[in-house]
Amino acid sequence: MTTRKRKTDDAMDQWTLRLYIAGQTPKSIAAIANLKKFCADYLDERYTIEIIDLKQDPKLARRDDIVAIPTLVRKLPVPVRKIIGDLSSTDRVLVGFDMRPRVIGGDGD
Amino acid sequence: MPPRIPIANGLAKCPTGIAGLDEITQGGIPRGRPTLICGGPGCGKTLFGIEFLVRGIDRYDEPGVFVAFEERPEELAQNVASLGFDLRKLQRQKKLFVEYIHVDRSTIDETGEYDLEALFLRLGDAIDTVGAKRVVLDTLETLFSAFANEAILRAELRRLFVWLKDRGVTAVITAERGDGTMTRQGLEEYVSDCVITLDHRLTEQVATRRLRVVKYRGTNHGTNEYPFLIDQDGIDVLPITSIGLTHEASTERVGSGIADLDQLLGGGLYRGSTLLISGTAGAGKSSFAAHLAKASCERGERCLYFAYEESPHQIARNMRSIGVDLSAFMKSGMLHCVAARPTTFGLEMHLATIHKAVREHAPGMVIVDPITNFFSIGPVNEVKAMLMRLVDFLKMQQVTAVFTSLTSGGKALEATEAGVSSIVDTWMLLRDIELNGERNRAMYVLKSRGSAHSNQIREFVLSRHGVRLIPPYLGLEGVLTGSARLAQEAKEAADASRRGSEIVRRRRDIDRRRKAIEAQVAALRAEIETESEELERLLADESARDQRMAADRNVMAGSRKSAVTPSAAVAGKRLSVRRATQ
Repeated sequence: MTTRKRKTDDAMDQWTLRLYIAGQTPKSIAAIANLKKFCADYLDERYTIEIIDLKQDPKLARRDDIVAIPTLVRKLPVPVRKIIGDLSSTDRVLVGFDMRPRVIGGDGD
Repeated sequence: MPPRIPIANGLAKCPTGIAGLDEITQGGIPRGRPTLICGGPGCGKTLFGIEFLVRGIDRYDEPGVFVAFEERPEELAQNVASLGFDLRKLQRQKKLFVEYIHVDRSTIDETGEYDLEALFLRLGDAIDTVGAKRVVLDTLETLFSAFANEAILRAELRRLFVWLKDRGVTAVITAERGDGTMTRQGLEEYVSDCVITLDHRLTEQVATRRLRVVKYRGTNHGTNEYPFLIDQDGIDVLPITSIGLTHEASTERVGSGIADLDQLLGGGLYRGSTLLISGTAGAGKSSFAAHLAKASCERGERCLYFAYEESPHQIARNMRSIGVDLSAFMKSGMLHCVAARPTTFGLEMHLATIHKAVREHAPGMVIVDPITNFFSIGPVNEVKAMLMRLVDFLKMQQVTAVFTSLTSGGKALEATEAGVSSIVDTWMLLRDIELNGERNRAMYVLKSRGSAHSNQIREFVLSRHGVRLIPPYLGLEGVLTGSARLAQEAKEAADASRRGSEIVRRRRDIDRRRKAIEAQVAALRAEIETESEELERLLADESARDQRMAADRNVMAGSRKSAVTPSAAVAGKRLSVRRATQ
């Protein structure tokens, strides 16, 4: 129930998300699908997603210092967080975005 | 020595431009392949990478990309500015691209599959932007602390090295040394072509940097550790241990500046040979060295003087007192003094400094005064090894070397330097001879390879006109020096003069006697003459009397007219005879 409460607090904010991919690879496609599902489940309508294909413009990778693909960057709300991978585990995404408390000694850190 | 380009094995090489390294590797690191540079913190890995790129741009027109995983570009530029590398300028000229990759683990979470495609894309973009031929990754291992999934990371690194090869760039990858392994993350297993380790070691409180080519597939390379310097010109690797006994032996002689000494040595020193001058304190080693230095400068050959006891100024002053003026040569640069306390650096570093100075100044002669001070900073066998390498190096360059060596008074001179003496060609000993309450200087040539040399012990003096060898006294009394020699010479001179005056005296005596005899002879002759004159006179008187008597008789006959005188009859007879003969 705490999660729910926190979620309502966060709901006050508009989320700005950037997803960096490199071409239409299976990992990229999976990441896009998982991100959309996550947003639909947890963020209602209060988010914008920008999908950046670094194959089109590699220079953009320097903007957010991207090394791994795919990388999801939460520009807003601050602090800026990054989650790399295909976002297949929603739990991990929740932890990564501080929407669920980290477990001490857990994999997330 | 220009880097040799290997043709036989067909392995293309990329000259690093780092002084000395290209000699060790016979041309550089493998072109178009990654090379791993590993070492501990502060060993010069980053500088190695930077210099590789800067030299590539400056000398070989090969633009480069520096991927900084640790240092920010601004820090990097500042750090190498002191070495004369202007990274910002090169970046403005589009010759260098600095890609700063910073992965902050605290802001990153991982979920599911990923790869490092963005790294490849950024690198590819950087390479394309400047048209890079050279890439430095400094240091890849930081990625291991950035990503949790090591399996993915290792697979990606493997892919990265293949990718770098495919791009055809010559890559330098730096890595931290691990505990008992070459690199902490075992990167050496991905880079199989060339691995170089850098080391910064402290021995006997003196730090020395060393470089070693651990592995170089498909090429010969020196496997030794080579000392290197990091100074205002960057990295300077000293390929000193790679020298074999292959140097040419010159037959040309160079003068020592002391004519008598040249004579002792059979015409001077061979060019490129090594002279050891050993002697006790104050024996005059430096004075001989100064003469050699001056002679070299006068021949128009530069001379490098490594002074480990005196400052250049002090040397110039002291040598002026014996009439050897070096200051003019110092000013003109013909004579270059490098003065340092031996304890300032380690042995390797001294060797490195000498090596570098020799390459910079291209001297005809190198003087190390004295080599004995090295023994205070290292074990005897290491010092010997270092000197041997120095001698070999100088021989290769055909540089005539002069070492001075201080021997302590008590020990046997020969024994203390047995090790050093075997590597020198000519060994000159200066020693004091104590006799008759005074100390005199003497020198002799103990050995001189490949030339006849005198076996004489010669006394010498340090006069206002320099070192002067005194003609040897070789009399009945043996070899004498100093006042003993002078006394002996004086005695002999007195003897000689005494003998001389005796002869004069006897000659005068004979002269006198001869004169006396001659006088006697003259007197006798005079007597005889007197007597013969008397006789003549008597004869004359006699004939005159005869005539007178005849005349008287005629007168008397005339007056008498009577009788014919017997004398008239005789006269008549004579007349008749005269008639008969007619």
